[in-house]
Amino acid sequence: MIPELGHYALVLALLVAAYQSLAPLVAAARGHAAVMETAVPAAQSQFILVATAFAALTYAYVTSDFSVANVAQNSHSAKPLLYKITGVWGNHEGSLLLWALILTLFGAAVATFGANLPPALKARVLAVQGMIGAGFLAFMLFTSNPFLRLDPAPPDGRGLNPLLQDPGLAFHPPFLYLGYVGFSMAFSFAVAALIEGRVDAAWARWVRPWTLAAWGFLTVGIGLGSWWAYYELGWGGFWFWDPVENASFMPWLVGTALLHSAVVVEKRDALKSWTILLAILTFGLSLIGTFLVRSGVLTSVHAFAVDPERGIFILGLLLLAIGGSLVLYAWRAPALRAAGAGLFKPVSREGAMVLNNLLLSVAAATVFLGTLYPLFLDMIGGGKISVGAPYFNSTFVPLMVPLLAAVAVGPMLAWKRGDLEGVAARMRIAFLVTVAVALLAVGLAGDWTNALAGLGIGLGVWAIAGALVEWAGRIQLFRAPLADSLRRAAGLPRSFYGMSIAHAALGVVVLGITASSAWQTEVIKVVRAGESIQVASYTLRLSDVREARGPNYVSQLARIDVARGGQPVAVLEPEKRRYPVEGNNTTEAAIYTTWFADLYVVLGDPDEKGGWVIRAYHNPLVPWIWGGAVLMFVGGLVSLSDRRHRVGAPRRSAAAEPATAPSGTA
Amino acid sequence: MRLRFIIPAVLFLFLGAGLVYALVAIQSGKKDPSAVPSALIDKPAPEFSLPAPEGFPQGLSTADFKGKVTILNVFASWCPPCHAEHPLLLELAKEAKAGGFQLVGLNWKDKDEKLAAWFKEAGNPFSHIGADRSGRVGIDFGVYGAPETYIIDRDGRIRYRYAGPLTSERLRDEIRPLVAKLKR
Repeated sequence: MIPELGHYALVLALLVAAYQSLAPLVAAARGHAAVMETAVPAAQSQFILVATAFAALTYAYVTSDFSVANVAQNSHSAKPLLYKITGVWGNHEGSLLLWALILTLFGAAVATFGANLPPALKARVLAVQGMIGAGFLAFMLFTSNPFLRLDPAPPDGRGLNPLLQDPGLAFHPPFLYLGYVGFSMAFSFAVAALIEGRVDAAWARWVRPWTLAAWGFLTVGIGLGSWWAYYELGWGGFWFWDPVENASFMPWLVGTALLHSAVVVEKRDALKSWTILLAILTFGLSLIGTFLVRSGVLTSVHAFAVDPERGIFILGLLLLAIGGSLVLYAWRAPALRAAGAGLFKPVSREGAMVLNNLLLSVAAATVFLGTLYPLFLDMIGGGKISVGAPYFNSTFVPLMVPLLAAVAVGPMLAWKRGDLEGVAARMRIAFLVTVAVALLAVGLAGDWTNALAGLGIGLGVWAIAGALVEWAGRIQLFRAPLADSLRRAAGLPRSFYGMSIAHAALGVVVLGITASSAWQTEVIKVVRAGESIQVASYTLRLSDVREARGPNYVSQLARIDVARGGQPVAVLEPEKRRYPVEGNNTTEAAIYTTWFADLYVVLGDPDEKGGWVIRAYHNPLVPWIWGGAVLMFVGGLVSLSDRRHRVGAPRRSAAAEPATAPSGTA
Repeated sequence: MRLRFIIPAVLFLFLGAGLVYALVAIQSGKKDPSAVPSALIDKPAPEFSLPAPEGFPQGLSTADFKGKVTILNVFASWCPPCHAEHPLLLELAKEAKAGGFQLVGLNWKDKDEKLAAWFKEAGNPFSHIGADRSGRVGIDFGVYGAPETYIIDRDGRIRYRYAGPLTSERLRDEIRPLVAKLKR
């Protein structure tokens, strides 16, 4: 009964979405205020209906109702409750439902909190959201209905892929989708602006919080995914340039560019049509990512829900949404430039943003080419192949060097015309510190010839130093009395703090990536109980390997005593698990982390003589990668809490220079 | 000037066409590997001599091809499709022992320690592995990307090439019959 209720709610939601995508649009064109307003209850009820469907499916999972085909295929009565719940979106149908839930949640949020939006813009934005919703709901109902019944119901379910039974991965998809779908808001605003033929500072101010929130969630989502790959795949790496990873990384890169160019639209009324294009592309890449992952056109280690039949439908949606909006762009965008666009010199805040946009878009393009090259090769007859890490390391990494060099100085440049010499004078000490730290790091690692690692460390330190120097300059640290400085610090807008945190966080991530890639130590050895191996400064002694039993798996659990300088510091218990229901094995790495390095141990296979293969890695600074990602998210949140987003956007007519926001913040 | 606003739509048109084509090709299950024949088919394999990766006993050189039918697999630890086809290679390795042919690997643009970690876990199907760290030998073979598979006859001539991960159908329909024919 409950699953039927969910099914029925989905059908109703599709009907509401169909109404929402048409009526407000027509009403906005004809100026029917009353009909335009109906978009609000439509968006709200669409959310309630999809939430009902989601609750119904969750209920079926929690109660292990195996008469529902989706539950029978993806769940099992012996699974822990947490994974019964996360199993709802651990499969194709359920993850689409989650996608639709988040989409309608955002739509309802715009409807509910968008009281200060001009009525016509709001109606159009909600109409575009309605179209996307209708597309996905139709996709679900016609090809991927999660509520189909089985008759007779099987006695038990088939279980969830054990690789996915993991807290990191359980919450990876929701964050990723919050990001992807959040970009649909920017997309809807962009399309609405193209229909209206109007982009101004007020528009940019409405778009920015959505982009910022989506970007923050996507950052966390990518971070969680990489963390999961790090500890679950057991290879000691955190990023494999796998198509599925790239699929989430490309929207992040373009979304980051959008975040910056929207600031230029807001503050300086320039880069308008470019910003619109970025908004379309960001969501377009989110859709392409979904298509690549779901359709199986690319081979991936992570591919777990592949079905070419459904690929056609996603492709149709993709072509319609992105093709349609790009045609609209070609037709309407030329008109957007007419208003007196703000002029600027190459060396200026705008110039720095343009450089940022250029580098990020080119970087996204190289990732795109590397990801899709195998596909195009496939077209001319070859098979699916992978260009892999060597390609990305030699194309993507060089693009990041100027980006990181610029991220420290960009915020110091003034709008319109910047003073590069003044910036150079301010950064002199920071530069010396950067060089010193880089040399120190390379020296500590005893790796003097590794210039690339030195460069990476230097760039990371440089980004952090730049953020600190700019902050110190703003509050006149050491130049004004301390109390004065503190008062200034409290008075700085949150958007400035958000930006500084995010920029410094990027530096932290770069330090983590550089150190862990350049100075990872790896030891692979066969050891018997009682024997020891040496990794970096740690001694690892295997005390025993025993059988253990979890709720739905059996495992071989090793106990390894870790000592440093004769002192015991930790006990590590790496595991090899076997899930009998699913018939799969997983390795569970054991990790001992200090803030500055991870000791990462994996239990391999036994040999015939009572020994076990132990793989141990020492990964310096690797926790900083995820710490940095979290810090970026925090930066996004802080910026999101800035006063100018709360007091609302200025009236459109007075949009040119808002009085409340101090100029020069981003 | 207005033309530049059309560029994104035009580029997307090509991309869309490509995606549709790819999907249709996958669904119909039809792909003709001989559509990109290697320029080296029926020519002698390029001359090379590569050391074994650290921790593996046998390197690989052109001399190893003489007198034996050889399946050469181009692979790398960083390449997900290589991981996907790995179980099939292990199957082939068992047949090679009994079946009078050899299965060798060209480890393409890889790091020795990454390879060692992977094979320690997953097993090594190859009797010889050449470490092509710079990808130079791959260029001589005309490798597009990993994985690729070649069949070389007793005289050291390349008789077959396939770019992409092996499937059990491809083993059954193309590779095993050709190896059997060349052995005769």
